[in-house]
Amino acid sequence: MLRFIVRRLIQVVPTLLLLSVLIFAWLRSLPGGPAAALLGDKATPEKIAELNTVLGLDQPIPVQYVKFLGRALTGDFGNSLITGQPVTAEIARALPATIELSIAALLIAVVLGIPLGYVAARYRGRPLDTATVIGTLVGVAVPVFFLGYLLKQWFAVDLGWFPPSGRQAVDIDATHVTGFAILDGLVTREFDASWDAIVHLVLPAIALATIPLAVIVRITRASVLDVMGSDFVRTANSKGLAPSTVRERHVLRNALLPVSTTIGLQTGLLLAGAVLTEKVFVWGGLGTLLADAITRRDYPRLQAVVLLGALVYVLVNLLVDLSYALIDPRVRVR
Amino acid sequence: MRALLEVEDLTVAFTRRGEPDSVAVDGVSFDVQPGEIVGLVGESGCGKSVTSLAIMRLLPERGNRVTGSVRMEGESLLDLSDAGMRERRGRDLSMIFQDPLSSLNPVIPVGLQVTEVLTRHRGLKKDAARREAADLLDRVGIPDPRRRLDSYPHQLSGGMRQRALIAIALACTPRLLIADEPTTALDVTIQAQILDLLKQLVAETGTALVMITHDLGVVAGLCDRVNVLYGGRIVERAERHELFRAPRHPYTHGLLGSIPRLDGPPGEELTAIRGSVNDNLPWTAACAFAPRCPRALEVCTASTPEVEEHDGRLLRCFNPVEGS
Ligand SMILES: Nc1ncnc2c1ncn2[C@@H]1O[C@H](COP(=O)(O)OP(=O)(O)OP(=O)(O)O)[C@@H](O)[C@H]1O
Ligand SMILES: [Mg+2]
Repeated sequence: MLRFIVRRLIQVVPTLLLLSVLIFAWLRSLPGGPAAALLGDKATPEKIAELNTVLGLDQPIPVQYVKFLGRALTGDFGNSLITGQPVTAEIARALPATIELSIAALLIAVVLGIPLGYVAARYRGRPLDTATVIGTLVGVAVPVFFLGYLLKQWFAVDLGWFPPSGRQAVDIDATHVTGFAILDGLVTREFDASWDAIVHLVLPAIALATIPLAVIVRITRASVLDVMGSDFVRTANSKGLAPSTVRERHVLRNALLPVSTTIGLQTGLLLAGAVLTEKVFVWGGLGTLLADAITRRDYPRLQAVVLLGALVYVLVNLLVDLSYALIDPRVRVR
Repeated sequence: MRALLEVEDLTVAFTRRGEPDSVAVDGVSFDVQPGEIVGLVGESGCGKSVTSLAIMRLLPERGNRVTGSVRMEGESLLDLSDAGMRERRGRDLSMIFQDPLSSLNPVIPVGLQVTEVLTRHRGLKKDAARREAADLLDRVGIPDPRRRLDSYPHQLSGGMRQRALIAIALACTPRLLIADEPTTALDVTIQAQILDLLKQLVAETGTALVMITHDLGVVAGLCDRVNVLYGGRIVERAERHELFRAPRHPYTHGLLGSIPRLDGPPGEELTAIRGSVNDNLPWTAACAFAPRCPRALEVCTASTPEVEEHDGRLLRCFNPVEGS
């Protein structure tokens, strides 16, 4: 098992290298460079050329890349062109917010999605199932930012049940240890701060969870139905086992295999959705960093954030493969 | 002696919205005496599996209609409650299936798949069930049974898997075992071993066996009586030696002509039945086999042949092959 993990981690390195090349090339193929964005109205060809020399963007792209890579290996991704601060530090500050939001959304999606899909399959064709199927169709189709604005308008602005934006009320004056607002409150015993962070988290987490939730419900339902029609379930029934035994021992575990793959794939979309959600709820995480960086062509920041996203995605899917090995004895872990 | 299993006028129709019902099993009647081995023979699609699943009440919950009666020891299985049927399944009657790999749960150890039937019906506790399971695996010829309890299905060979399924089916010494083409998915050499094992085990335990197969060769060494099924109906039934000595229905005759015989004259030609099940006529106004039948008369495509019984042989044919 350990060797499997190590080998997979080693495979991550070439993946990230290749990705870094792609990102590097893609960014520099976008129209309008950072110099034009920084100078804004004052941009003249001479000034742009001058600034490009300062930023080192006048050099051939392969040379730029090698320099970038050399510094990146020491953990230095350069300074943001917008703020002038080290990108690594910016990311470290923003990361907990995004992780908190993503984990909350993923938890909602998994904890609700699997039972819901399972129940829908069990009561297939009944009104509950039909309602679930229609609900998930709406769920996968609704754009994240649209849903975010709706939730914000209804439950924050109109009803006032939840705060409309931010991670914590300013007047809470919480102590920050880890940067994870909920955790910090627990660690420092400032429980009101934790609670306030949770209240802030509710709407964005729901908005972000909707699509993965709908997808997980659908996959679980389809998978359970598929397994219920399988030969070994027929064998289990031919033994006269209680329906609950058949469901729990024979159906559920087999049905979870495709679901775990789906969860892995959904985290990729989750990261993309986080950018939009953070924008709507002024969340101040990686998504906010990224959104600003795109409009201003902040190469260093963009490169670092996108690479980090890729790294997370690869690691999550490694976890998925491990869960596969745990559920399914046929998957040999060498 | 009272029959162990009496199937009477069993009919299974698959219903699909917007389509006419398709009748897979059409008024099938047969019985099984205690300890008897009865064959159910016919080519693919003639309704063998559907018949057995209907007896076990393992057909999909929806989309089909089962009529007629199935009695085991006088009790009507089709009228039992779901819980009552579960009580009997695995204990009084059990079943083994065609594909041993897909019939075992891939993600739990073989041992648990054996012990769960023991805990369910014989109330054995965990340790006792494990010991008993190891004994059972030993009896079906699985080497090193204690270790095999912890193996997963994919770690066993095809023959071993089918042995494990036989162990599961016979764990509670049921009075009836239905085997649906138990050897079709196996190598020829393994097939013979599994058939021998089945034969020996049912003889030891006094379990009656319904052997479902498309292969008359399987029937030849095993069955006391044979039912030949065509298009969802029984077309001929006879005691095994009678059937092989003098097949009367042209379909049975054709089936026998298509298997090589050791005692046949050298160079004897094998004859295949021409056409396929796709040529079948509906039984409602004809003999379904008529389009493929070398002995078909005009009447065969004009009206339905009824079953006639004499000398212990049952026959559904207007123009049977002469008995000798
Ligand atoms: N669930 C189902 N829904 C609709 N039709 C079905 C269903 N199961 C079986 N049938 C039909 O019933 C007929 C009999 O099928 P059955 O499986 O009993 O054949 P069989 O004699 O067991 O053949 P084989 O040797 O291939 O196993 C076939 O025409 C099949 O298409
Ligand atoms: Mg079949």
